Amino acid sequence: MTKFALKALLGRKLRTALTAFAIVLGVATVSGTYVLTDSIDKAFGSIFTDSRKGSDAVISGKSAFKLGSGTGVTAPAFDQGLLQEVRALPAVAVADGSVNGEAQLIGKDGKAIVYGGAPNLGFSIARGASPFNPLSLVQGSWPKRNEVVVDKSTAHKEHFTIGQTIRVQAVGPVQQLRLSGIVKFGSVGTIGGATLAGFDLPTAQGLFAKRGKLDEIAVASKSSVPTAQLLAEIRRILPKDTQVRTGQAQAHEDSKDTNAFISFLQKFLLGFAGVALFVGSFVIANSLSITIAQRTRELATLRTLGASRRQVLRSIILEALVMGIFAAIVGLFAGLALAKGLFKLFDVVGFTLPNNGLTLETRTVVVSLAVGIIVTLLASLRPAMRATRVPPIAAVREGATLPESRFARYRSIASVLLAALGFGALLWGLFAPGLGTAGVLLFMLGGALLVFFGIALLSVRLVPPLAGALGWPATKIGGSAGVLARENAQRNPQRTASTASALMIGLALVTLVSILAAGIITSFRGSVDKIWKNADYAITAQNNFSPIPVAAANAVAKAPGVIAVGDVRAGETQAFGKTINTTAVNPATSRMFNLDWKVGSGAVLATLGADGAFVDKGYAKSHGLGVGSPVPLTFPDGSRELFYVKGIFDPPTGGSPFGSVTISAASFDRHIQLPENLYSFVLMKGGQTSANAAALDRTLSSFPNAKVATRQKFIDNQISGLKSVLNILYVLLALSVVVSLFGIVNTLVLTVFERTREIGMLRAIGMTRRQVRRMVRHESVITALIGAAIGIALGIVLASLLIARVDFIVLSIPVGQLIIFGIAAIFVGILAAIFPARRAARLNVLRALQYE
Amino acid sequence: MGRLEVLCVPWKTGSNEMGGQMSETVEATPATDTAMPAAGAVVSARDLTRRYGEGDTAVDALRGISLDVPKGQLTAVMGPSGSGKSTLMHILAGLDKPTSGEVTIAGTEISKLNDSDLTKLRREHIGFIFQFFNLLPMLTAEENVLLPLSIAGEKPDKAWVDELIDKIGLADRRKHRPSELSGGQQQRVAIGRALVSRPSIVFADEPTGNLDSKTSGEILELLERSVQELEQTIVMVTHESRAAAIAHRVLFLADGVIVRESKDISAQDIVAAMDELGGS
Repeated sequence: MTKFALKALLGRKLRTALTAFAIVLGVATVSGTYVLTDSIDKAFGSIFTDSRKGSDAVISGKSAFKLGSGTGVTAPAFDQGLLQEVRALPAVAVADGSVNGEAQLIGKDGKAIVYGGAPNLGFSIARGASPFNPLSLVQGSWPKRNEVVVDKSTAHKEHFTIGQTIRVQAVGPVQQLRLSGIVKFGSVGTIGGATLAGFDLPTAQGLFAKRGKLDEIAVASKSSVPTAQLLAEIRRILPKDTQVRTGQAQAHEDSKDTNAFISFLQKFLLGFAGVALFVGSFVIANSLSITIAQRTRELATLRTLGASRRQVLRSIILEALVMGIFAAIVGLFAGLALAKGLFKLFDVVGFTLPNNGLTLETRTVVVSLAVGIIVTLLASLRPAMRATRVPPIAAVREGATLPESRFARYRSIASVLLAALGFGALLWGLFAPGLGTAGVLLFMLGGALLVFFGIALLSVRLVPPLAGALGWPATKIGGSAGVLARENAQRNPQRTASTASALMIGLALVTLVSILAAGIITSFRGSVDKIWKNADYAITAQNNFSPIPVAAANAVAKAPGVIAVGDVRAGETQAFGKTINTTAVNPATSRMFNLDWKVGSGAVLATLGADGAFVDKGYAKSHGLGVGSPVPLTFPDGSRELFYVKGIFDPPTGGSPFGSVTISAASFDRHIQLPENLYSFVLMKGGQTSANAAALDRTLSSFPNAKVATRQKFIDNQISGLKSVLNILYVLLALSVVVSLFGIVNTLVLTVFERTREIGMLRAIGMTRRQVRRMVRHESVITALIGAAIGIALGIVLASLLIARVDFIVLSIPVGQLIIFGIAAIFVGILAAIFPARRAARLNVLRALQYE
Repeated sequence: MGRLEVLCVPWKTGSNEMGGQMSETVEATPATDTAMPAAGAVVSARDLTRRYGEGDTAVDALRGISLDVPKGQLTAVMGPSGSGKSTLMHILAGLDKPTSGEVTIAGTEISKLNDSDLTKLRREHIGFIFQFFNLLPMLTAEENVLLPLSIAGEKPDKAWVDELIDKIGLADRRKHRPSELSGGQQQRVAIGRALVSRPSIVFADEPTGNLDSKTSGEILELLERSVQELEQTIVMVTHESRAAAIAHRVLFLADGVIVRESKDISAQDIVAAMDELGGS
């Protein structure tokens, strides 16, 4: 029997391959995700390890509380006098101090060099021979005063040559520096899109406005001294605003943010792998069901020869097992290719990731194989159970059909119950109070799975009417071929429903994402339109989200025609024991913003003064704040100050630029070492004119990382990031659509095979090859459209539920996009039909009729 | 011969007139009288009825059939389309259940058996030969022949398998797949498959129904030889007089009852008898 099962697979190579492909894609996504994230992890790991090589201990500035990354505020620098003291310690062999920060290199075109969202790292190099220097020179020499070295890849891309002058900007205005050398970082091939700029210490201190200060001191101990003793000695002289860690601990600390990012990325991608596998399991179950229906006589013959039900079950499961193993292995290796593709994809949409070669961990192999095999086996259970119901008498009876399962009559009720249960779980997850994030996700995930299952089962009932309606155009364009196609789509509703269900899942998710995105964009646009009252232009970073030096706004304020510049600064502080987003505004903002004040008025913005603050409604409510309530804020440098509430506003649905608490820019600057603006808004004489725009551009030419935008442009820029994320989501969801496309191909191939005789008859009575192709194609399109119709409807329902729960998004149905999805489904149908239609058309009439 | 003529001529005289040689003709009824299976019968049936459907649309395919299949004999079941001969065979072979009545195979009453006991019974006692061969396309001729043993998890007796493959004349076709074999060769493989486990009984369902006349002759000869040389008991359903002529005994069915039983009857007599029954 084992031999039989294996030979049965080999005897159906094409069908097996087509069926297995659904799982191959899912497994490839799983293994690709692991390979990708492991590779990034390893690349980052070596970046962080390399950058701490030679350091036995690292002294760094300490913030009063843990800061999130990318908020524009970093740990305060400390006085460089500490370096001399450290060097004087008996345990210390070498100690070097450094400063670092964002350093923007400016290309020949005068624009900031930015690759994707990758950072532009600037740092001081104490001396080339320092044991702490992770860089090696490729060309030229280490930087001296007013010199810079850049990484090889940037130098190559920008055609920089040694000796030329490069413009660099950090905190202040642009500086002209001589390129003294080209460097390479450790062993890593690429460090993502990051650019490196190294300076000598005084130059760096100038650039980063940290004169007389250091961010870090790297220390190497004398060879006989244990690290613990070194740390102990350092701790004795350590000032309050600094801390010391071992080199290893520091590398670990450095990698925390990236690790969190990698772990998120991994879960995110695995989610899509799960969707692809889920869809794949539908395809497999359906293909196996059809195959088994077609093998009824063969299985019945086995039964007459003495095969037991258990043997039939085993042989089908064995087939699935072998197919699963095969698919999982192919998928595992396809994952390597996929990981490469994902690196490219992220690169294209602007998230360049570091890449130091692909990593294949044992865990990747184990999980990929296990997932592929288990999913295939699970998907084969129902078809295998069906196969055991094949009665021996089917061996002698023409057109014997499988007896229905004992539970068949409960199917409709069960599927309704399943869907209802799924929606129940979804609603519970969304609206039940007191569920943790994990609980919410669990209920929503479980609910969504049940909903998909229930709807997939229920769709058997929807197929006849839907095929009737969606097939109507086919009967008009396709003539008799179209009419037959519609009939064919209706004649085995179970099969059509299962095939369409795979596509339904993908389209439901695509629809969900597009509606959520449309909702976010609409809400955001609404908010900007509402809040942005008077300003003519906004100034943001080139990448739309990085903070920009205050100097830029100050320069703009002096530009001709500028009436006022309103600044919004952002950073993190602690209040009531929690780290919160805090913003700061200058008085000019009162002329530009229109807020919905619950308490106070627009004048609050101008009159915050030294100790005033305003808060949003939600924050006021949860902390019982009213006008005059004190809000104690702790800043990263450890300083603490009381602010008093002067106003409470109600942010619009799409959010506001303000954090929970907003204070005056002047107060903010008192506590933050290097304050930066998130946005600045500009009010100009004459409003938006080309002359005004030109004036601003001219002023900002010395701040290449800043750009000017009108309101419309500002909105477009802000949502462009969202659109990038959206594009990644679409590409990843497209994977599951591809899987379902293979499902349609598979069903059609099997159906054509099954209808060989019928097609032969149609050809014999005068149907042309063209008409045969058309018939298959129309059936495919009708099937795809059924999947699209149910999927889009389900997606709308799911999105509405989600948006009903989330209060910062309004429901906005992107009708145009949904129509595009429908058209895409038609293309999926046409694409899926190409191969089966050709097979059908190629059938030899005579042989088709003789076919037994 | 036209249908009118058949109606005019009583079948007994008809067969006697047509028959070149005398054949023993027995009324079917005596067998039904015995309540117990006859000793030495491999398969026995008592008072079988089979009704399909319910109410007004109900069709009685079998309406009280009793018979015994003696060991080592070839029994043919004949009758016009719709006479119930296929239904009878399906029930005798345990593929279908009678509405009432009993079937005993090798001493076991089968109508009450569950699926796994029936499976066991099939393994040990029953072989099948089908009209459309029902070979598994991905297995070679030899593998197809050995399939019942492999299903039962038995080791094939090599000498017996060689002898069998030699007997069915496929010694030089062992490694060929069904698609590389002619219809006659495929049916030979199927016969080998039916015989390989030395079953108590082989049921052959129109074994020549899908073959040309020359090949049919060869297949019939093979069946005849398997009865003579291997003492194989065979029940064959056929509507071809030539096929039935090799049988020791022919049962004629019409409208769900056995209307005649003949022993060692010639092809011509069978044709005549069938004409009587109003079909070919």
